[in-house]
Amino acid sequence: MDLGWYLVVSALIFCIGAGGVLTRRNPLVILLCLELMLNAANLALIAFSRMHGNADGQIFALIVMVVAACEVAVGLGLIVAIFRRKLPIDVDELKELQG
Amino acid sequence: MSAVIFFIAAIGALAGAIGVVALRNPFYSVLALVEHLISLSALFLLLRAEFLAAAQVIVYAGAVTVLYVFVVSYVGDGTVPLGPGGARLRNVAMLFVGMLFVELCIALLGSGLQAIDGKGAPYVPGFGSPEAIGEALLTKFLFPFELASLLLLVAAVGAVMLARRRQGGTTLDDVPYDATRYITPRSLFSGTMAEAVGALKPPIEEPTKPRPEAPVPAPTRGPSPVSDTSEHSQED
Repeated sequence: MDLGWYLVVSALIFCIGAGGVLTRRNPLVILLCLELMLNAANLALIAFSRMHGNADGQIFALIVMVVAACEVAVGLGLIVAIFRRKLPIDVDELKELQG
Repeated sequence: MSAVIFFIAAIGALAGAIGVVALRNPFYSVLALVEHLISLSALFLLLRAEFLAAAQVIVYAGAVTVLYVFVVSYVGDGTVPLGPGGARLRNVAMLFVGMLFVELCIALLGSGLQAIDGKGAPYVPGFGSPEAIGEALLTKFLFPFELASLLLLVAAVGAVMLARRRQGGTTLDDVPYDATRYITPRSLFSGTMAEAVGALKPPIEEPTKPRPEAPVPAPTRGPSPVSDTSEHSQED
């Protein structure tokens, strides 16, 4: 397969994830959509790594996976903290920080 | 052959991504994410990234989604209805996403890179294998590797600090636990864990009178055939 197809799939997944982040209001689903966007970036990185025949892009993708795991841990900790404070699990309700 | 696998995996990945966004129940969204990640690891394998495909399945589809499932089952699967609104800006969001896709396609496919239309560099054996990745991580990319481990440590400590029990303020830990507040009622005695620990009340039974046919151990010998046989055995 031509590498352009992989890049188109990556762009589609990124756009689906961005749409989910913009439209959904459950913070759990927003975290899932962030995962989608990071995975799309990973796919593009690996496609370009294959294009150049250089494994540095795969190291980049591995570091992105590490960062995504950290983001999941902290984000889920925040959601658990929100739940224990008996606040609504809805990003439209949790807007006290927007000034 | 690789084209067939590519299209199957790409359709699977896109369907999983749409499922994550479109499904109402967060639990099903997590399951759609698992399907998406496994399809994506097939794409990684087609791109000769063997180690990353394995890490994707193990780390993401294995560990991270288990974390998600735990938090979804702790927070609740959308049983608390969200407030009204949100549909007003949905069209704007869709327009933005469409513009983003067009822009990404222009940026990727119109970049004038010659190699995009090809199959990539000639394959060298060992490209993307665990040996190559490990050697690169420990020689050329040693500093990002150590920084990543530090980041993981900070994230783990931070998650524990965020989700711990706090002093002061009323949290859920201060009110006595009432299982019926969090567990959606379903038919009793259907094998839920709450019944096993005795948190749910048993159903109200009608007052039962003691059954007359209950086998009462009678000390006195009666004329029943069972006692007859016992008498015979004793007399013999």
